[in-house]
Amino acid sequence: MVLKSKDLLGLRGMTAEEIEHILDTAKMMKYVITSNNKRTPHLQGKSIVTLFYENSTRTRLSFELASKYMSASSANISSSVSSVAKGETLVDTGKTIDMMGTDVIVIRHPQSGAPHLLAKHVKASVINAGDGMNEHPTQALLDMFTIREKKGTLKGLKVAIIGDIYHSRVARSNAWGLVTMGAEVALAGPATLIPPKMETTGVKVYSTIHEAIIDADVVMALRMQLERQKKALFPSIREYFRFFGLDENRLRLAKKDALIMHPGPVNRGVELSSAIADNEKSVINEQVTNGVAVRMALLYLLTRRGINEAAD
Amino acid sequence: MKLLIKNGHIIDAKTGIDGVFDLIAEDGKIVEISGDIDAEGCEIVDAEGKYVLPGLVDAHCHLRDPGFEYKEDIESGTRSAAKGGFTSVACMPNTNPVIDSESVVKYILNKAKQEGYVNVYPIGAITKGLKGEELAEIGELKFAGAVAVSDDGKPVKSSSLMKKAMQYASMFDITVISHCEDTDLVEEGVMNEGCMSTALGLKGIPAAAEEAMVARELLLSEYLDIPIHIAHVSTALSVELIRNAKKRGARVTCETCPHYFSLTEEACMGYDTNAKVNPPLRTARDVQAVIEGIADDTIDIIATDHAPHHIDEKRVEFSLAANGMVGFETALPLAVTKLVRPGIITMRKLVEKMSLNPAKLLGINKGTLDPGSAADITIVDIDAKFTVRPELFESKSKNSPFGGMELYGLVWGTIVDGRPVVSENILL
Repeated sequence: MVLKSKDLLGLRGMTAEEIEHILDTAKMMKYVITSNNKRTPHLQGKSIVTLFYENSTRTRLSFELASKYMSASSANISSSVSSVAKGETLVDTGKTIDMMGTDVIVIRHPQSGAPHLLAKHVKASVINAGDGMNEHPTQALLDMFTIREKKGTLKGLKVAIIGDIYHSRVARSNAWGLVTMGAEVALAGPATLIPPKMETTGVKVYSTIHEAIIDADVVMALRMQLERQKKALFPSIREYFRFFGLDENRLRLAKKDALIMHPGPVNRGVELSSAIADNEKSVINEQVTNGVAVRMALLYLLTRRGINEAAD
Repeated sequence: MKLLIKNGHIIDAKTGIDGVFDLIAEDGKIVEISGDIDAEGCEIVDAEGKYVLPGLVDAHCHLRDPGFEYKEDIESGTRSAAKGGFTSVACMPNTNPVIDSESVVKYILNKAKQEGYVNVYPIGAITKGLKGEELAEIGELKFAGAVAVSDDGKPVKSSSLMKKAMQYASMFDITVISHCEDTDLVEEGVMNEGCMSTALGLKGIPAAAEEAMVARELLLSEYLDIPIHIAHVSTALSVELIRNAKKRGARVTCETCPHYFSLTEEACMGYDTNAKVNPPLRTARDVQAVIEGIADDTIDIIATDHAPHHIDEKRVEFSLAANGMVGFETALPLAVTKLVRPGIITMRKLVEKMSLNPAKLLGINKGTLDPGSAADITIVDIDAKFTVRPELFESKSKNSPFGGMELYGLVWGTIVDGRPVVSENILL
């Protein structure tokens, strides 16, 4: 099986089969990470460039290690300013990278849709490592991988996602992916931070954390950006934690064996009480390992794409 | 020069003519319309099977000249207008310098006289530099030749300033055209707020941002009993607010643009920046309401809001892309395809909304084929089908979301002051 597109731009529009295929491949890759010899020849002779217009520690490191574990040549470009402020357009930057023989460009960008624009203008495969508030598909894939690993399946599970859904590319990618995989997605957050008409996408939206969490198999808390307070999106951290913070009392509403997830970095005492972050049900640290596996799988599948096509 | 147009279906919304006749024009004026004219020494245009209409008048376009000639200039813009069947266009003042002084008005009028393919009427600014702070010299603008005033592209944020602008402009009998947008509500929005903005992860512009200011303008207009014209109406509730105000007898007129009755927010799918426009493309429900507004005459005018942009301003991230789309060369075909052919409006109504009413709004002596009036004529074949190819547009800019679409309503001929500018769909 091959991925339909040359790029991984988002989970919206991806089929369940494709997602399943990526997760299956990631499972194989996880053996590599946990083995003694973290080196495979899968990406030998391939060139991977990460192009980050936003700061990132874990996602970038995760992609870089994924490339290295599979013997790719990799390089990094980071720019704290947008392409426009820098004076070169994204398309021009992309073409330059493309012409150096790059097979995969991994891009993070503050504008939604930037990876889509890049993908249209380069021959290389483009992986979206987070675009504005649109999608962060590799994060959602690693979340789904983690859930599937623990629960055996995604189908029929209730996944509660709590917090600032509006600005969250993690929430969007998870919502699209999980709905496609047959999970029930229950969202809760301050009404000012729920995207308009979100319920038309097949998810359920609740105004209390209780309704979202009750009988949930997975509870995912999103990072709350403190500066949203200044834009009058919520009154205070104190009030946020009172109504949407995840503590032990609230967690009791979820299933006994519910998983606690967070895309990191965690604001302890804001999205999660400290006790919850360190709770045995928390899989936050395993998410990090799985992130490398998922990114290895994607790099492998996208660079193999051409080979398979030629064989067909 | 004498021109004889034979056997066309002539429609004139003003005089009520609606049937197959011959038309003769001489020295730039309409001379006669009647059954069967034979005349010697005439250039003859055979319009059999086609409609012969008073030249279309566009109440809202951007010619980008002076200041942004890399997007469009008066020459290229009027070529594009002629190709689209427009014989008169009113251009908005967001140029550089802004049309807020006599000298800029004169510059445009002079350049149009020298290089223009169609008549050009500048619209002056409401406020100096479009800054929304102080009134522009509206009297001077009017006497220099401006046909209306507008801060188009920007709303007049201050309600009291808008009130004063309406009072002041009414003294000179010049209409205020309002671009309705509550920028506080827009925040950083780049497309309509709703399902699509959620799906694309883009910040949304609520419909209420337009409606709130439409409501304000209606209240001011009714309070002052001074006319107001609402530009580019795009939402269902805006249409409803205006409909109700008209029922109360308010002196309000309004326009919409072809994209608001032809496209929904779904055109933004795939981050297509050619579909980025302000006000943004709305939902199917809004499109339906705009169509109903056109049908019941709540909406008086179909204007293009022709907004050329260079490819470098569109081949960027969606949030960073410029707002607007070119419209001259697709407006009439879209109106024919989406409104006339499905039976929503008659050709006569189309003539009202694309020729007579805009001429009335601007107070220009156009929009009719009455003998003695200027021989500005548009000939259209509403049965001819063609594929929109933006790369072939006369406009310098190609930012159209309609590329590849099959439309009816080929502009067969455009005649300005009795002189053919477009013939057999070819610009002369």
